[in-house]
Amino acid sequence: MGEKVLMKGNEAIAEAAILAGCRYFFGYPITPQNEIPEYMSRRMPEVGGVFLQAESEVAGSNMVYGAACAGARVMTTSSSPGISLMQEAISYMAGAELPCVLVNIVRGGPGLGGIQGSQADYFQATKGGGHGDYKLIVLAPASVQELMDLTITAFDLADVYRNPVMILGDAILGQMMEPVIPGKREDLDLPPKTWATTGAKNRPKNVITSLILDPAKLEQHNLNLKEKYEKIARNEVRYRTYMAEDSETLIVAYGTCARIAQAAIDMARERGLRVGLFRPITLWPFPYDALRQTAEDSLRVLTVEMSLGQMVEDVRLAILGTKPVHFYGRTGGMTPTPREILNEIERIVEEGI
Amino acid sequence: MRKVFGRPEAMADVPMHYCPGCTHGIIHRLIAEVIDELGVREKTVGISPVGCAVLAYDYFNCDFVEASHGRAPAVATGIKRTLPDSVVFCYQGDGDLASIGMAEIVHAATRGEKITVIFVNNAVYGMTGGQMAPTTLPGQRTTTSPRGRDVEGAGHPIRVAELLSTLSGVAYISRVSVTGPTNVIKAKRAVRRAFETQIEGKGFSLVEFLSTCPINWGMSPLEAMKWVDEKMSLYYPLGDYTQVQEVAGNA
Repeated sequence: MGEKVLMKGNEAIAEAAILAGCRYFFGYPITPQNEIPEYMSRRMPEVGGVFLQAESEVAGSNMVYGAACAGARVMTTSSSPGISLMQEAISYMAGAELPCVLVNIVRGGPGLGGIQGSQADYFQATKGGGHGDYKLIVLAPASVQELMDLTITAFDLADVYRNPVMILGDAILGQMMEPVIPGKREDLDLPPKTWATTGAKNRPKNVITSLILDPAKLEQHNLNLKEKYEKIARNEVRYRTYMAEDSETLIVAYGTCARIAQAAIDMARERGLRVGLFRPITLWPFPYDALRQTAEDSLRVLTVEMSLGQMVEDVRLAILGTKPVHFYGRTGGMTPTPREILNEIERIVEEGI
Repeated sequence: MRKVFGRPEAMADVPMHYCPGCTHGIIHRLIAEVIDELGVREKTVGISPVGCAVLAYDYFNCDFVEASHGRAPAVATGIKRTLPDSVVFCYQGDGDLASIGMAEIVHAATRGEKITVIFVNNAVYGMTGGQMAPTTLPGQRTTTSPRGRDVEGAGHPIRVAELLSTLSGVAYISRVSVTGPTNVIKAKRAVRRAFETQIEGKGFSLVEFLSTCPINWGMSPLEAMKWVDEKMSLYYPLGDYTQVQEVAGNA
């Protein structure tokens, strides 16, 4: 165990990438994640890496595509409007099966929106975002420590599955400071990148493309991707629970909202209300089975999000109509308070719904 | 028997899909010959565009990446920054480079990325069926300028070599054509100089080819060659736009 250091969320992501062996960073400034490129611009030269400020998120994400083709551990970071601009490269990288790590420090939308924390990019992150049949692995940290640990994990998952991995944070997580124990890269037996375009020396040429003009072959490629996604869904589901065992009301929340919900649950417990928390850490693959099992003895489910209700659709798919699934959300960069969540818990408990 | 002519090693032994009279095939061959002559095939990575040359990765016998539309210089940047000893070249058409990819080419050039761009300008969108390109000449008929390009509404053609030659990161830019043996020899010399510029670490290099599209121009292959010499070369004068120069450390 290393010594605890006080770090800002965005800086923890950046340092975690360095610890994970990432030596290539391409990005474009956007609030509220500017600490990451700033940190990288200082840190990368110290470790012999490359920091490059791209002319746009479109270019930056395609530089990531290029570096991934060359076999690098590579990352870019942005916030909502910038992530929208990256969807082209994300789709291409998913199609060409290129490993990379993308970070979205989500801000309020739609459009230029605002710069306060939000969870309104859940659909974009987990349901596609770009065109075509593909999936990103999406990790949702809820603390600065988890920003550190899950960023390191993200690089390993990307390499193991040859797939882009997204860290879905928000402005609050990115900007807050907490004590962190610096993480360590696991000693994994990763597959060699024999597919990388590093020059055809002593081997046949390698070609990286997502163009497959024969529809039968493209269908087969997509079926191969599906097989990979099913394997990820079997092996990589992550979640946490808090006082969920005896809960009559089970709150489902991720990231910042899970932290706030936890405070609301403590207040509810003091009032004798049996409330617990289910916190998905992988938003894709979503923990459908684990949630259904955790909610088995609960009377009701309450989903809390900083959006108009996006993850709640997956919660409903998990619960499959066996009990009511309620929703409480704030949007546009507003944050629910523990008191507001408690009020909502008390309302649905009193109404018996 | 002594072999006096053959396929370059950097070229794959496969049929090409290019239309009769199109000069992509000649341009491919010149690049492959230069790669062979410089002995860099085993450390070369090419990037193909979206457009007629999208399948270039099938025709070259070296590592290749297919980029999204216009982004080849950004993809090349990612590869070259990761593998500084590699030789990286982009192969781009006029829609890819001078329209949708204008930001990427300008910034790769001004950063002085040590890459080589082969820019094939045939004044039309070929693969999609002959629409107006950013380099379509004034008055030129295309499927989206059926009465001829009216610069009042559709704007003026872009002279890429001249535009990019104003940027400090650029080490070498030349415009060539392949309309006859003399021009082919000059073109190959320019490609070689561009690759050498990259290998010597001098900065960004680009060769603009004036190319033909007989099918979409509605001409015979010979008429198309003539049109390059008599019409295109007037708007897009051939020649070097920068002398090979050292960029690194320039103020």
